[in-house]
Amino acid sequence: MHLLEVQHLHVTDRHTGSVLLRDSSFHVKQGSCLAIVGESGSGKSVTCKSIMRLHKAWIRQTGEIWFKGEELSALPERQMRKKRGKQLAMILQHGMRAFDPTCVIGVQIGETLKEHYGWSRAEIEANMSLAMMSVRLNNPVELMNKYPHQLSGGMLQRVMIALAFVLEPDLIIADEPTTALDTIAQFEVVEQLIALRERMNGAMILVSHDLGIVRRLADDIIVMKDGEIVERGSANVIFSAAQHAYTQRLVEANRALNGHFERLKGGGLGLVEH
Amino acid sequence: MGSYISRRIALSIPLLAVISFLTFLLVNLSPLDPAEVVLQAQGVPMITDELLTQTKQELGLDRPFLIRYWHWALSCLQLDFGHSYVTGQPVWSQLGPAFLHTFKLTIVSAACMIFFSIVLGVICAWREGKLLDRSVRGISFFLTAIPSYWLGAMLVWLVAVKLDWLPTSGMESYRSYILPVMVLTISYASIYFRFVRSAMISNLNADYVLYARACGLPEKKVTVHLLRNSLQVAISVFCMAIPVLLGSTVVVENIFAWPGLGSLTVNAILSRDFPMIQAYVLVLAAAFVVFNALADVLQAAMNPKLRKDL
Ligand SMILES: Nc1ncnc2c1ncn2[C@@H]1O[C@H](COP(=O)(O)OP(=O)(O)OP(=O)(O)O)[C@@H](O)[C@H]1O
Ligand SMILES: [Mg+2]
Repeated sequence: MHLLEVQHLHVTDRHTGSVLLRDSSFHVKQGSCLAIVGESGSGKSVTCKSIMRLHKAWIRQTGEIWFKGEELSALPERQMRKKRGKQLAMILQHGMRAFDPTCVIGVQIGETLKEHYGWSRAEIEANMSLAMMSVRLNNPVELMNKYPHQLSGGMLQRVMIALAFVLEPDLIIADEPTTALDTIAQFEVVEQLIALRERMNGAMILVSHDLGIVRRLADDIIVMKDGEIVERGSANVIFSAAQHAYTQRLVEANRALNGHFERLKGGGLGLVEH
Repeated sequence: MGSYISRRIALSIPLLAVISFLTFLLVNLSPLDPAEVVLQAQGVPMITDELLTQTKQELGLDRPFLIRYWHWALSCLQLDFGHSYVTGQPVWSQLGPAFLHTFKLTIVSAACMIFFSIVLGVICAWREGKLLDRSVRGISFFLTAIPSYWLGAMLVWLVAVKLDWLPTSGMESYRSYILPVMVLTISYASIYFRFVRSAMISNLNADYVLYARACGLPEKKVTVHLLRNSLQVAISVFCMAIPVLLGSTVVVENIFAWPGLGSLTVNAILSRDFPMIQAYVLVLAAAFVVFNALADVLQAAMNPKLRKDL
């Protein structure tokens, strides 16, 4: 039994009748990282939201989602909510937009930890401080008293990772965690994601446009196009011998782009070739 | 925050000065001769040139415009708006109580209006596109289109005359408030709840809501965040609704014989009572300036990003 097993996931928009995800089946092995790649609008984020069951009311999803032997789509909302954050953690693309702009970030963090652990303020501060230090956010208490607009996107991304550290989820779903960041912040976030996985020994679903990051993190890859999985396999196989024409183009384009960057940077930051 | 408030108040002062000047200018641009108005109001049978010059002198109208403005502005600061041309009494002795009556009506109506706007706006946003949302918006569209004098008249007829539940006019007890407040609330809540609704809907799609839910926060907590952010947008609209209400109670005051600003001003305009009109415009403009400042301060209190600017 795999940690997560998605079977025949089908998602439609009730308003327009359009199909967002067509009969998608895949699985995530215990302790491994599955990368979802594909062009914009191919349904990567829809897949993530389906697992979390966080779609809008008018989006309909069918199919089975088995997580640690439980069928998530059959769970009552109350129990599903208990799993969110605690067992299934999500890390979003735009750190800047992921926190309520009218509160200091400590508020949302505190609410989350209180919800899952029932901790006191002091306990929250102590645990969160440790986690934030471990993702190299110094002065954690000071940071938690800052508003989202006072921090950078990369810092907020690492705050989300730190929160995941504390919650110790079994599965981390990172939807383009580095896309909105500059190269250095990307590097730091990827380092912390790797550290997070190592420490939790948890599994991860990674959505990314950056095949360099995918190559570093992923064990398996699925390639999506227009709401369908067009190719799947272990990372090595996909990168060396892609079958589908679309994947070949994707890998090729990425290689060309990276070559271009390498030349520009004079072989610079080496995020890609580690 | 304290410095923000003081800066915001400092900004209002020149604004008030400009407004008072424009008010004075506009009323003085009127082709009517104030001296003639006064003499007519006093019922003088034969208005001679001599009499006109003398009255002008008494009113100080022979002095240069800027000097007159200066004296008027200074005395306005002490709530001395001059004397009514018609009754000869100090303007404030009439305007003050009338303002208070209208203000009370406005505050009660604004409170009701804001309450219903928020409740309806939130409900419609949660049920976006569903039957409930569509019916509320449909009915509100219909209510917005109804003129308030008709609505008022129908309510008077139904509740006060037919059913004899409530007084039709005057302001003896809290019960006198019910009908006029109802009319104003219906007319305005049906417009203003849309602001809350659209703010809620745009916030419902925000990433922080998705993340809060993804963290397993219960809907109650998520709603608090949603409201905080949505009301931030709505709060300035609501603050500005108060001076708007202050200036638009004329119709309702007439229907319910409410002794407020509306009735007073209509009479002042009809009898060309310049000092009264000037004072009314100034008081209303001041209300706009004050509530505008209040809106900004409240918004800054809720939005940390704004506190930096200005
Ligand atoms: N709430 C929604 N309502 C209706 N359609 C939606 C909704 N969310 C996504 N879609 C549609 O589903 C399709 C897939 O969107 P999705 O966000 O999953 O793409 P993506 O692969 O994550 O793209 P990107 O790389 O740009 O993030 C798109 O065509 C999009 O228009
Ligand atoms: Mg996406």
